[in-house]
Amino acid sequence: MDQLFDVSLFASTLRLVTPILLAALGGALCARVGLFNVGLEGLVLIGAFSAIVGNHFTGNVLSAVLFAILCSLLFSVLFGYMSIHLRANVIVVGIALNFLALGLTTFSLRAIFDVKGAYYNKDMVGLPKWDIPLLKDIPWLGDVLSGHSPLVYLSILIVILLQLFLFKTVTGFRLLAAGENATAAKSLGIKVTRIQYGAVLMCGVLCGLAGAQLSLGNVTMFTEGMTSGRGFIALVATMLGQSNPLGVAASSLLFGFMDALSIRLQGFALPTHFTMMLPYVVTIAAMLFFKDKGYMQEARKANESSR
Amino acid sequence: MLLEMEKITKSYGNVTANSDVCFTLRKGEIHALVGENGAGKTTLMRILYGMESPTSGEIRLDGKGVSFASPADAIAHKIGMVHQHFMLFPTFTIAENIVIGREPSKGIGFDRQAAAATVEQLGKQFGMPVDPRKKVADCSLGLQQRVEILKVLHQGAEIIILDEPTGVLTPLEVGELLVAIKGLAAQGKSFILISHKLQEIMEIADRITVLRDGKVTGTVEAKDTDAEELSRLMVGRELIQLSRKAAGTGKPVLEADNVTINGARTKPLLGGVSLQVNEGEIVGIAGISGNGQSELIQAISGLMKIDGGSVKLLGQDVTGATVKTIRERGLAHIPEDRYQWGVAKDATVMENGLMGHAGKHQRYGVLSGPGIRSMVGEWVSRFGIKTGSLSTKAQYLSGGNLQKLIVARELAQKTPFLIAAEPTRGVDVGAMEIIHGELLKKRDEGGAILLVSSELTEILKLSDRILVMFEGRIVGELAADHATEEQISLLMAGGKAVG
Repeated sequence: MDQLFDVSLFASTLRLVTPILLAALGGALCARVGLFNVGLEGLVLIGAFSAIVGNHFTGNVLSAVLFAILCSLLFSVLFGYMSIHLRANVIVVGIALNFLALGLTTFSLRAIFDVKGAYYNKDMVGLPKWDIPLLKDIPWLGDVLSGHSPLVYLSILIVILLQLFLFKTVTGFRLLAAGENATAAKSLGIKVTRIQYGAVLMCGVLCGLAGAQLSLGNVTMFTEGMTSGRGFIALVATMLGQSNPLGVAASSLLFGFMDALSIRLQGFALPTHFTMMLPYVVTIAAMLFFKDKGYMQEARKANESSR
Repeated sequence: MLLEMEKITKSYGNVTANSDVCFTLRKGEIHALVGENGAGKTTLMRILYGMESPTSGEIRLDGKGVSFASPADAIAHKIGMVHQHFMLFPTFTIAENIVIGREPSKGIGFDRQAAAATVEQLGKQFGMPVDPRKKVADCSLGLQQRVEILKVLHQGAEIIILDEPTGVLTPLEVGELLVAIKGLAAQGKSFILISHKLQEIMEIADRITVLRDGKVTGTVEAKDTDAEELSRLMVGRELIQLSRKAAGTGKPVLEADNVTINGARTKPLLGGVSLQVNEGEIVGIAGISGNGQSELIQAISGLMKIDGGSVKLLGQDVTGATVKTIRERGLAHIPEDRYQWGVAKDATVMENGLMGHAGKHQRYGVLSGPGIRSMVGEWVSRFGIKTGSLSTKAQYLSGGNLQKLIVARELAQKTPFLIAAEPTRGVDVGAMEIIHGELLKKRDEGGAILLVSSELTEILKLSDRILVMFEGRIVGELAADHATEEQISLLMAGGKAVG
């Protein structure tokens, strides 16, 4: 047991939770304005791929991350245009975008890098590891919390900022109102469409960051479909956390921990295919626990906004 | 004159919703706007509230011409509107609902404490106290109405438009609302009141403008008119006074014995309800909504499982039978909530009419188009249902026309027993006359009808016997000939019957 639950397990949890958390926060924002974004998976995948592309062409990590944000942002504009402007069913749009992202990244991988399956280049630089002064000297805690990529720390900051934004500011209040009852909000002169676009675009930014962490933080490479369902896990985290930033953070931590655990268990002579199931089994279990109102509300909102 | 709307015309393509409508409002006045469904009342108010722009015509406030591009413009000119369907955020608190759009702030932060204080003060100032921290989802409809009015007042409105404000309220809440409106008018606020309920209008309005087919047919001082004259102006002809023959004493059709439903709470939803409906008889159930009427209807029609007692239809026990079986044995049902139970909004008029009749119009499982079309077409002409065509989606019909479609469909089942729950809710006087006439006709032909309504006038007009429900029990039975509104009201509120 001591071997299993050691320092590096918790450290890798923190590393693995970041993409899920960032995407789930984006999903929460969308859910809060009444758009249930099933397209998180695709958005993150686009982010992961474009981070590698940016890295390849500029050789600069910062511009790679910015490029990832830009691409996911454009992709989310597509989501917003179809679901807000054209009033298409959000679920259908989300699914369509997931497949588009999968096809687009696979195709571009061959077109740009001329490789199949995965692209890796030893000259690429990943995200730097930040040692936090003072914190890193604390035994155990320092080893867990220190030495991660800036995006890990940024995601924690975003959780707090988002929580404050939604529940303490006037703009956040209006965002919640727009999602709760769009007709009523419109009748008060609140610009619902603008708020919805704002949330969707912010979701794009967050998914871009999630993708960058995935392809430049955890590893420094891109493989086809490398999100492998993390976008959907993020979606479950969104629902499980009731679209509350703090709740989303807690549920994301659970899934991140399972992700880390499944990787760790592979070192214990357990069949890989079996351990790899772990995060998804927990996801299903979480859904069972979570069959009550919150989920129904999301579904109802999704239904309404498709009209 | 505070507000003048002059020669307002609004056309959609070749349909004219308003034609040369003139409307004025004085300061501190309550001006009622009445007319049948589709007469153009709502269009006129949407124009005033900036939700539509008129094709031609002029709006003047204090003598100055204005034009509104959006509700925000109208709000800025101190015009507020309380919509028929409440525009509230159920999970937000009362205070949040009232201040939204003009929130007190500290920097970019939303100062919720200041909001609560403001709302508390506002409620006191206008004599409509509220608990600002209560969630709107936990409020009664009457309280929600109050929140809507306070919201409009918080926006600084001097002219307040109320669209069908009493439609969903209990009689007690209606009384409170009317008092509140009068109080506000005395403080100098001006009201435009859209309503179907002539009684309330006569009680509260100073002036009344009647619209028919988009035109003003008269503006009268309330003290110089009466409900009959208003009806005539609205419908354009005299309303036929319905006459009721004495009830025939036929065999029992529905016998409910000691029907009990235990709810999740300590008090049962239905506590041993027994009733009988005979051939050729309308039994009216009066009561403030939420006192077990819905449960009773659902228990009889098989939509809800009962925990005790029995239900017999035509002498056969149907306790616990499926809805399909019960309907086949002889039940038709005009449901209380037409949108939830009565129609599929996305389906066409014809498809909605077919519901429950599909068995008759099929061969080997294939529906026959012409037969259905002639059946539904006949209803449309007989009941005067205003619809573009039979393939118009139900959601585009006005509430009254939709209700007529449902009534036609259920009457066409020609069943011995009919449940009519709130058959004329939100329906104009013309449609009400048709529906009431059809119900009485069915009774005269020997049908048994259980009428559930929160409108006392309707109960008194149609029923042969009246049962009053309170907290899941029948607390009184009155013969229609001797019952008075006062007696029933008292029983409805849980009091004892006198005499």
